[in-house]
Amino acid sequence: MLRIEGLSASYGSRRVLHEVSLEVDSGEVLALIGPNGAGKSTLVRAVSGVIPVESGSIQYIDATRGSLDLLDLPPMQRARTVAVVPQAAAMPPAFSVWEAVLLGRTPHLNFLGQVAARDEHIASLALQKVDALDLSDRRVGDLSGGEQQRVLLARALTQSTPVLLLDEPTSNLDLHYQVSFMETVRALAHSDGLAVLIAVHDLNLAARYASRVALLVKGELQAVGTPHEVLTVELISAAYNLPVQVVKNPFSESPLVIPGEI
Amino acid sequence: MKIRPFLYTLLFLVLVVTLSIAIGSVFIPPADLGRILVGWMKQEVLPEPLKTFAFILTDIRLPRTVLVLLTGAALGGSGAAYQGLFRNPLADPYLIGVASGAGLGAVLAMSVRWPYSFWGLMAVPAMAFLGALLTVFLVIALARVGRTVPTTNLILAGVAFGSFASALTAWLMLRSTGELHRAIAWLIGGASQAGWGPVLTVLPYLALGLGALILSGHSLNVLQFGDEQAQQMGLPVTRVRTLILLAASLTTAAAVAFSGIIGFIGLIVPHVMRLWFGVDYRRLLPLSIITGAGALLLADVFARSVMAPQELPVGIVTALVGAPFFLWVLRRARNQGYW
Repeated sequence: MLRIEGLSASYGSRRVLHEVSLEVDSGEVLALIGPNGAGKSTLVRAVSGVIPVESGSIQYIDATRGSLDLLDLPPMQRARTVAVVPQAAAMPPAFSVWEAVLLGRTPHLNFLGQVAARDEHIASLALQKVDALDLSDRRVGDLSGGEQQRVLLARALTQSTPVLLLDEPTSNLDLHYQVSFMETVRALAHSDGLAVLIAVHDLNLAARYASRVALLVKGELQAVGTPHEVLTVELISAAYNLPVQVVKNPFSESPLVIPGEI
Repeated sequence: MKIRPFLYTLLFLVLVVTLSIAIGSVFIPPADLGRILVGWMKQEVLPEPLKTFAFILTDIRLPRTVLVLLTGAALGGSGAAYQGLFRNPLADPYLIGVASGAGLGAVLAMSVRWPYSFWGLMAVPAMAFLGALLTVFLVIALARVGRTVPTTNLILAGVAFGSFASALTAWLMLRSTGELHRAIAWLIGGASQAGWGPVLTVLPYLALGLGALILSGHSLNVLQFGDEQAQQMGLPVTRVRTLILLAASLTTAAAVAFSGIIGFIGLIVPHVMRLWFGVDYRRLLPLSIITGAGALLLADVFARSVMAPQELPVGIVTALVGAPFFLWVLRRARNQGYW
């Protein structure tokens, strides 16, 4: 499991994360929700080691590896534990999909980047899992937004890490791709036993596909629990400063958040 | 790794080297070249006129050819590295002020009245080299923010320091009118000193710098995705970028020390290689090195034969030919996103 304890971070003098504590189990999808500027992306970037952390700890604990202090690890080893699917990231357009996904093996390769048959097998398996194997020879710059996001997911999977972080991966996707992406992520969490922390804008996507939800407002964790426990009228309308209604989704067991008063 | 690009570029190199050895104020026919080689292998004493040709070869043509090859290789390799590091197709080896620093060092050396003319001769390349290296260290120090060295800061600091150095250089040139011609000739770029001395002097630095760059191909590939993604994929970004920057700058400094500021090779050769052979830096770097060597040598052959027996500075040839060629390359690549 990924255990974050008392994490605080600042941009210059501005405190953006305040004593955040969170746990994500292997095989579960935890959705991080909150208004703009709440610190969702910041939390993802802090766990992946890209921004400095002021205080607190981030640990990965499991049966085989014991307890790893992620803040102490050099980038290579950290990248073997945590993989990130960035938000609508710009990828260099001239790389082929295959080349881009294969680069996900970097933390397992030597500095020359020499690739073995096993690495290629893992990469093609990852492409299969996101249903993008037929895109292998296409140039990254020629792909649609949805296809690029799937390639980024495949690259993260190729890193073969027990923890997967996703930073608002569905923000630029249309309805079809939003649903198929979230379905793939949930299926992978269950089948591969990944601990998945996913920052999302869309509350209903979070409700539908996550086993637990965490509400972040102005850098502080307001609530953590099942979708029913967190997606309540009181919590959501306070967090987003907007009156909302919460009803039961007729197609699933999850709550459905509708903005506006009756 | 595909072999064909290497075959093509090596073939180009061999052809240009043959041209370079044959052409000059004295034309050495290829047939005689062959006879000289055979004579060396058999360790015979060569008859005239082969003996004179052989002397021209060993003491004039070959050292000059090798020096130009090394300079072109350095510019091609560091150009490719700079374009990869800065993720910018307009980057060239002089981006962060190395050229201005080297120019300042060289002109400073020329303005001093050295007690021995030999010192004066050695001072120019030595101070050009020092000027180039000091510039890089200064620019990196100026651009540093905490533990990172952001790209934008590097470019800004390089431009700022470059302007400062150019201004000082211009002032020095105005003050010492006697050396003005020599200074301009150096700044334009062209091989000046003959013999094996320059070759042996730059060889260790080039071997070190180019060797390090060739090994950085994979890291440069990862860096193309941006510093954040590269870090998330496990690359120690700041350390790797600084090392590559230093290796590329060492290479450039050695290249300009004896040959002056030769432009366009470092900018165009990597572009063309990318256009023809793709963006994989593990391949792009060695190919740019080989083709950079051949391209500069071709320009040098042209420079010494077009107005024979006078020599055109090779920097003028690369600029005059390079600019339109570059525009043509841009037109081809414009719509297709080659980075």
